[in-house]
Amino acid sequence: MHNLTIAELVTGLQSKEFSSVELTQHFLARIAKLDANYNALITVTADQALKAAAAADERLAAGNAPALCGVPILHKDIFCTNGVRTSCGSKMLDNFIPPYNATVVENFEQAGAVVLGKTNMDEFAMGSSNETSFYGPVKNPWASDSVPGGSSGGSAAAVAARLAPGATATDTGGSIRQPAALCGITGLKPTYGRVSRWGMIAFASSLDQGGPMARTAEDCALLLNCMASYDDKDSTCIDREVPDYSATLGDSIKGLKIGVPSEYFSEGLDPDTEKTVRTALAEYEAQGAELVEISLPNTGLSVPAYYVIAPAEASTNLTRFDGVRYGYRCEDPKDLNDLYTRTRAEGFGDEVKHRILIGTYCLSAGYYDAYYGKAQQVRQLIQQDFEKAFEQVDVIMGPTTPSPAFKFGSKGDDPVAMYLEDIYTVATNLAGLPGMSVPCGMVDNKPVGLQIIGNYFDEARMLNIAHQYQQATKWHSLAPEGIA
Amino acid sequence: MSIERQEIEKLATLSRIAIGEDTITEVSERLSSVLELVDQLQAVNTEGVEAMSHPMKATQRLREDEISEINQREAFQAVAPDTEDGLFLVPKVIE
Repeated sequence: MHNLTIAELVTGLQSKEFSSVELTQHFLARIAKLDANYNALITVTADQALKAAAAADERLAAGNAPALCGVPILHKDIFCTNGVRTSCGSKMLDNFIPPYNATVVENFEQAGAVVLGKTNMDEFAMGSSNETSFYGPVKNPWASDSVPGGSSGGSAAAVAARLAPGATATDTGGSIRQPAALCGITGLKPTYGRVSRWGMIAFASSLDQGGPMARTAEDCALLLNCMASYDDKDSTCIDREVPDYSATLGDSIKGLKIGVPSEYFSEGLDPDTEKTVRTALAEYEAQGAELVEISLPNTGLSVPAYYVIAPAEASTNLTRFDGVRYGYRCEDPKDLNDLYTRTRAEGFGDEVKHRILIGTYCLSAGYYDAYYGKAQQVRQLIQQDFEKAFEQVDVIMGPTTPSPAFKFGSKGDDPVAMYLEDIYTVATNLAGLPGMSVPCGMVDNKPVGLQIIGNYFDEARMLNIAHQYQQATKWHSLAPEGIA
Repeated sequence: MSIERQEIEKLATLSRIAIGEDTITEVSERLSSVLELVDQLQAVNTEGVEAMSHPMKATQRLREDEISEINQREAFQAVAPDTEDGLFLVPKVIE
């Protein structure tokens, strides 16, 4: 059952081939047996899952089941879940049990999905390797000595290892697309404002966006149908009708104009990764699409701009963790200042602390204009690059990452080497555009991701484009050794 | 660009994060290497470019000032480190 897609599971549940309780037991057993190898989950919610599955079976029997009724999924541990610990990968929130659900969690509950547990992640979503998690790193199911990517590494590894057919994730600078690429699955970061951020623990509020991960584009469409919604509680959510993302998957892509940015195929890109991505582009040509060489001249500035904006916003967002209202508090504080400074020193890990300090620096008196103001101007230039490109082409394609999964510890000492992992993904967050990663080949037995960048609110077309590729190729259905 | 020890101490105070004497050099090195990366921005000509505040130029919407949530103090305080009589407890501030 774990090799079936969400679309197939929905059909199987509705035609009573198997029940949601059977399905849930099957996945819970896999998690119990296999997750020791991956460390993809922080919390397993077996009791709640079985209860929800039984309720789903009743609705299925009554014939009034909603879209994802009885389908097991996982939530990234950044989404608040009522009554279930939500840690954000941090010691700071190791004891935090939210008294409410995130809107995304609520949406899945309404759709009848069964939540198996919460997935591991880089602390406060700050990382590209899952090495910053308080709960220890997640291992890549394709190579246990390599990282799964981050920050949504737990969700990506769990889907790749068939511990769940789909999972929620978030993307601030590539945190959905990069782990999806490194784990050989499909992941979509929607347009900024498409998915509610209410109850999704904030990292950098002008960049954060939730999205789905699954093995296929068809499954991502099913998940996004439920995840995307307008929400009064998130003031940055855009009030715009949510289309049926499944309805247009079968559309022809003949005549599609694909922009290929020269900056995404330059120095720093692993030659075998490039070859793999070029082969995928040729497959699109074979399907009747046209490749158009384009330029995004400010690409090189996206990482520097991102590493001002993201830490600056994080430094303000993370002031809320003060040891007073919830979360970790240090032992025996001698006064209020000691309570704040020691709680934060002991509760946050090194990467989070460093980013708060950098962000504080960029926002402090005398530096604001030179750093944050300047970065926001450069951001405008980066967005203009995309605007110009979309006058010529329908969609942009390139590699998701410069190379396949790297080994644990290999970028440990140099933060800048790790940050450059995001070189092809951060620009879309800065511009607020949707992006996705689709498995497109293997290098050294590790997956490679093809990145698809769309225009604003063009998720339906991107999913259609990815689905058409997956109809003609098999990369998305490969399983790591020992999984099938 | 490198960050001086004094500057690290100021940032630690501003961010309310205690930094141990033994880690100041390491923190300073890491921050300096990130600043070196972001300093590439300084060379860009951004004269007349408006700072971007929202990708779709959306503005904050307003709503009527009406009560939409009920008070859930007990539920919210159940997760607090220390409370008394509905108040959050912190170490004594005034002697």
